[in-house]
Amino acid sequence: MSHPEMPPVDEAVIARRGEIAAALRRIVPNGVIDSAVALKPYESDGLTAYRTPPLLVVLPETVAQVSALLAWCHAHDVKVVPRGAGTSLSGGALPLADGVLLSMMKFNRVKEIDFDNRVAVVEPGVTNLGITRAVEHAGFYYAPDPSSQIACSIGGNVAENSGGVHCLKYGLTTNNVLGVQLVLMTGEVVRLGGKHLDSEGVDLLALIVGSEGLLGVVTEVTVRILRAPETARAVLVAFASSEAAGECVADIIAAGIIPGGMEMMDNPAINAAEDFVNVGYPRDAEALLIVELDGPDVEVDHLLARVEAIARARGAMECRVSTSDAERMAFWAGRKAAFPAVGRISPDYYCMDGTIPRRQLPLVLARMRELSKVHGLRVANVFHAGDGNLHPLILYDANVPGELDRAESFGADILRLCVEVGGVLTGEHGVGIEKRDLMPTMFSEVDLAHQIRVKCAFDEKHLLNPGKVFPELHRCAELGRMHVSGGRVPFPDIPRF
Amino acid sequence: MTLTPSSATDVVAAVAEAVATRAPLVLRGLSSKAGIGRPDGNERPLFLAGLTGVTLYEPEELVLSARAGTPVAEIEALLDARGQELAFEPMSFAALHGTGQGTLGGAVMANQSGPRRIKMGAARDHVLGVEAVSGRGELFKAGGRVVKNVTGYDLAKGLCGSWGTLAVATELTVKVLPKAETAATLILSGLEPAAAVKALSAALGSPADVSGAAHLPAAAAARAGFPTAATLIRLEGFEPSVAARFERLAALLKPFAPADRLDGEASAALWRAIRDVAPLAEPADRAIWRVSVAPTAGPSVAAAVTASRPADVLFDWGGGLVWIATEAAGDGGAAAIRSAVAATGGGHATLIRGPAALRESVPVFQPQPAALAALGRRLKAEFDPLGILNPARMAGDA
Repeated sequence: MSHPEMPPVDEAVIARRGEIAAALRRIVPNGVIDSAVALKPYESDGLTAYRTPPLLVVLPETVAQVSALLAWCHAHDVKVVPRGAGTSLSGGALPLADGVLLSMMKFNRVKEIDFDNRVAVVEPGVTNLGITRAVEHAGFYYAPDPSSQIACSIGGNVAENSGGVHCLKYGLTTNNVLGVQLVLMTGEVVRLGGKHLDSEGVDLLALIVGSEGLLGVVTEVTVRILRAPETARAVLVAFASSEAAGECVADIIAAGIIPGGMEMMDNPAINAAEDFVNVGYPRDAEALLIVELDGPDVEVDHLLARVEAIARARGAMECRVSTSDAERMAFWAGRKAAFPAVGRISPDYYCMDGTIPRRQLPLVLARMRELSKVHGLRVANVFHAGDGNLHPLILYDANVPGELDRAESFGADILRLCVEVGGVLTGEHGVGIEKRDLMPTMFSEVDLAHQIRVKCAFDEKHLLNPGKVFPELHRCAELGRMHVSGGRVPFPDIPRF
Repeated sequence: MTLTPSSATDVVAAVAEAVATRAPLVLRGLSSKAGIGRPDGNERPLFLAGLTGVTLYEPEELVLSARAGTPVAEIEALLDARGQELAFEPMSFAALHGTGQGTLGGAVMANQSGPRRIKMGAARDHVLGVEAVSGRGELFKAGGRVVKNVTGYDLAKGLCGSWGTLAVATELTVKVLPKAETAATLILSGLEPAAAVKALSAALGSPADVSGAAHLPAAAAARAGFPTAATLIRLEGFEPSVAARFERLAALLKPFAPADRLDGEASAALWRAIRDVAPLAEPADRAIWRVSVAPTAGPSVAAAVTASRPADVLFDWGGGLVWIATEAAGDGGAAAIRSAVAATGGGHATLIRGPAALRESVPVFQPQPAALAALGRRLKAEFDPLGILNPARMAGDA
């Protein structure tokens, strides 16, 4: 695979490996891994196409240890890659051969549940679902629900600003995190937010959420917990065209209805899912919508009737309202199993993650069909129709020479298309290394320079997770210079890394 | 070069000139919040009220873009015609400062949100994208026009709360949402703050989907037309849903007090008054503080402050937002209020109204711990290395 170029490996650091391991062992006596065999499981995250064994792995257990080890690495110019559960699909936790991999998975305690203030205070290694598990006995839950919620950690969710299928109504991680304790690369410990709402002054918390481990290491997270809705019911609607399905979505929103979830699948995805779970999806439909309404019974009944009327007015081929929770779950079963279902019909698949303005969907799907022919690879689509987040699954066979490269180039074309129609490169999986080199399709050099300036304020030496997100890392001192002439500040062209 | 720009290019030119001549600027939209912050020196104003116009509005996509100087009132009128709104309820400074809601850029960069904050999020939660000119005189953009976007740092949200000290926003893209079909207010009368906040917590922890949770102690309640202390809970949504939720919430809160109901314009006017802190506005020479703490800590902060000096309070956000009106003499209550906040374990207090002398002598914004303050200074240095933009506004101790 065409591995994205990474910062040059500092051989001097590799030569000091023993010394570094010894120093870190003094800080974290039982938490340093340096044997080749034990390092193996850490060599990639959820984006398994890219692999690099880290210099070594350290698993601290206390904030003091995190602070001390970051301060030591800062003083000795050793790079650090933070890692949560390792489920990133964009290579956000891909190790560096000359960098310490900092696993936060020993930070796995729920520290406090405060129902009166409707918050939970947890350590970053607690899983997303673990938060809901800790509060559901009282009827509460944590709203963002990425598909990997059984495994992914809340610290990773903060790093990636993870979403899920309920984002339109309940928001992403950034809308549900009230505070973090953060250790800077220098070892300084700061607290942003807490049980109160909103920051004083610049919203640093907004910068931290979604920063992909480049700004600091989160050691505690305060999240908002919500009372679970009384009931949830879903309606399954089939259409003969993606245009009609798209119009139906627009009509639902124009009617003032914000569903808890609104998902769309295209024909290849419908058939792959039906083959897999056999829940009665109509195989001849070009587009299938699952619209879930949640809230008090009376509201859900009221809105289901309106959604059904809207769907029929748009010429739905079929419209089934769930009559039991089992039936609702069956509607979801195919959608939730879409990825493994596609995995059954193809040896490999590559999952993309662009977001587009919803009304561009028919155009994007049509263009994608053309691209599919050009690249000679099939594609199936699942779409968070409520928020415009599209997950094309490109089918390929890694054992066929050249197919992986073609899948990657197909994927890049899809993401460029998303940007072209007014969307973005990544809705919820992150830039990582996967989409790093596409950043200039969305941002100018000046745009990126301002983002890197945030990095410079937090980590001037670029020691934290370098090589991710930004295609080029200008030295902070270079970026800091002011060359003013006619209102433009030119940037010297600095070679990558 | 003009100090009344009508385009982003004009703003770039103005800031670049200010950089070249080392002559700082203060940013002015409609001046609705000009009385907030450390008083300006003799910096030249950059008037942004000419940078107006909605550049994109797609109701079915729930998105709107406008130039930063566009009045919030104009945007709200446009949205209202399509049954939509800015769900964060941008506050008006009519009651406190005799001004208004100001511009979209001002509302977002000050990150001021109304009662619906507890359900729908703050101003920052509705910002999807920004175009701005940093203190380097460079035009940059961040974010986009879609809700789900993790492409790069979220600078669009990050600039919220910067009060124009990092960049001059020139255009913003925000999420808009359908306006609720119906709203009703449930009123519990005669509760003390501690009991009121318990009732609000019970309501907010129930499936009632509360979109406003305030408590007016007797003095504030009297100014809002209530005979006694009023605990107020707003329910919004589709008519049958509001009716059902109201009944169940009234039953749940019966142990606290019997529930009364307010509907229609009376309910809407009440929540506007709470949003704008109208019940505390008079007398106009009092200092007004905005305090954000954990909701259950609200009553103890209020009690600690009122024990040390005469003060009237109003609770919003389920108890977590405490508005305090107190004499502006001396430190205007700064020490008492900030020590009460510190005792709760976290939060912040901002002086939202006060005479210039008071705003010169006490930090208007909550002082930060050293490491955080240093981080803020580094960020300022990255975006505005010469201190060109609003240099006084968020400055700490003189």
